[in-house]
Amino acid sequence: MSDARALSLIPGLTDAPVKLTFRGVSKAYATGSGTTVEAIRDVSFDVVAGEFVCLIGPSGCGKSTILNLLAGLERPDRGEVLLDGAPITEPGPDRALLFQDPALFPWLSVRGNVEYALRLRGTPAGELRDTAEHWLQRVHLSAFADLQPHELSGGMRHRAALARALACRPEVLLADEPFGALDAQMREILQVELQQVWSELGNTLVFVTHNVREATFLADRVILLTARPGRPIEEYRITTPRPRQFDDALLRSVVQDIHERLSKEVERAAGEEAIRQDLA
Amino acid sequence: MLWWAVTASGLIGPETLPSPADVWNAFTEHVTGPDGLLAAARGTLIRLAFALGVAVVVGTLIGFAMAASVVVQRSVGTLMTALQALPSIAWLPLALVWFGPTERAVMFVVFIGGVPAVAIATATSIRQVPPLFTRAARTMGARGWTLQRTVVLPACVPGYWSGLQQAWAVAWRALLAAEIIRIGAARGLGHLLEASTSAENISLIIAIMGVIVVIGLAIDLFFSVVDRRIRRKRGLLVPA
Repeated sequence: MSDARALSLIPGLTDAPVKLTFRGVSKAYATGSGTTVEAIRDVSFDVVAGEFVCLIGPSGCGKSTILNLLAGLERPDRGEVLLDGAPITEPGPDRALLFQDPALFPWLSVRGNVEYALRLRGTPAGELRDTAEHWLQRVHLSAFADLQPHELSGGMRHRAALARALACRPEVLLADEPFGALDAQMREILQVELQQVWSELGNTLVFVTHNVREATFLADRVILLTARPGRPIEEYRITTPRPRQFDDALLRSVVQDIHERLSKEVERAAGEEAIRQDLA
Repeated sequence: MLWWAVTASGLIGPETLPSPADVWNAFTEHVTGPDGLLAAARGTLIRLAFALGVAVVVGTLIGFAMAASVVVQRSVGTLMTALQALPSIAWLPLALVWFGPTERAVMFVVFIGGVPAVAIATATSIRQVPPLFTRAARTMGARGWTLQRTVVLPACVPGYWSGLQQAWAVAWRALLAAEIIRIGAARGLGHLLEASTSAENISLIIAIMGVIVVIGLAIDLFFSVVDRRIRRKRGLLVPA
């Protein structure tokens, strides 16, 4: 199964349909002081159905902007953001978004949070409990279903958020540095779990991170973005079969490559910044 | 103890400060009967419940409107802030002119004291709902009224409850002040307090003050207990 997936991602051999499209997308924000900041400029890329894509880049490269556009929480200034070829105009349960903060509702229990997503999907009242239980089991949280979110550890909260997102049955799962605030060990555990969930459910996954190791471990394809305004400068296809090992030699060499490319990029950006300041 | 020692030693005569025993006797003598403490407390509490109830409904609606519209916030919101700066008893002269020394005048003073607190708390708590919650709900497909009902309303409960707590305290003060000035037909604790002042029954005055304190503390306790439950459930309670 994992071989078939890896093959399908080699350009020219893919027969999976394109799921998400960014075509010439630019987005700028007004700042408090009245100036505008260009978050991303002329960004284009495709994500095919079932693909696991990581977006990576220095802070301020517009990673979160790209996710917000995919989620439909924001609209592009220029260009098109498409889902199955149709423009994305508003948020929807077909695209679940995991935030850096688990964003669980504190007035609901863990189970209540999952049931909340199910209710929005129109799950009949009689099936709520069982279906919620199913997703909580999926992330090993059944035993904690009746606790309030604040009673969980950081890692468990992220699992609960994952269960809630999966309960939407999204075709696309968007993740905005979801494990960024966790310790390294918990992060690795959740990375493995996320991979398992993804390979079993076959969602399309777009994952934003600034952690190179995390990106290479998880993704079929890593897209490297420049600093502000963000745009893709390099793509890495990771064909290493799953389940992957953290100490895999090939993965390590890719991590090395990306780190080198990134530091070159950071130097270039710093150099440009210095020139700009000299001129000013 | 200090009270007992001071009165027993004769340092302060009973015409200024009666002994605890005298006050207790005054309390037990006047507890029942048509002019008794119980009847008066009942009258006061019914007034409070009614006027505060109307104030909560009206204040909440105004608060929603303030949160929903910048225009309403700038106009009505500013008015509410101004009203809050005015002690509600200062409305009494106007209320007497409008309604005469009637029940409605008392109700009005209590109402006008409670409304700004409720309205401001409602609007503030709605505006302070973390955007993260609404964003999360929107990505799950919630919008419009569903989003308001399932995320905004539950998220603003702690702030709203603090507003009610504040409104009750304001209303309680306003009500007793209005009653002492002897307006309104039915008997209340304030009326009784005023009557025993005329009769120079110091023991009864102190007994009534005690009853007012006890009722106030009991209602305050109710609000605090509910408040703590709300906060504990959400993990907002800082362990002491």
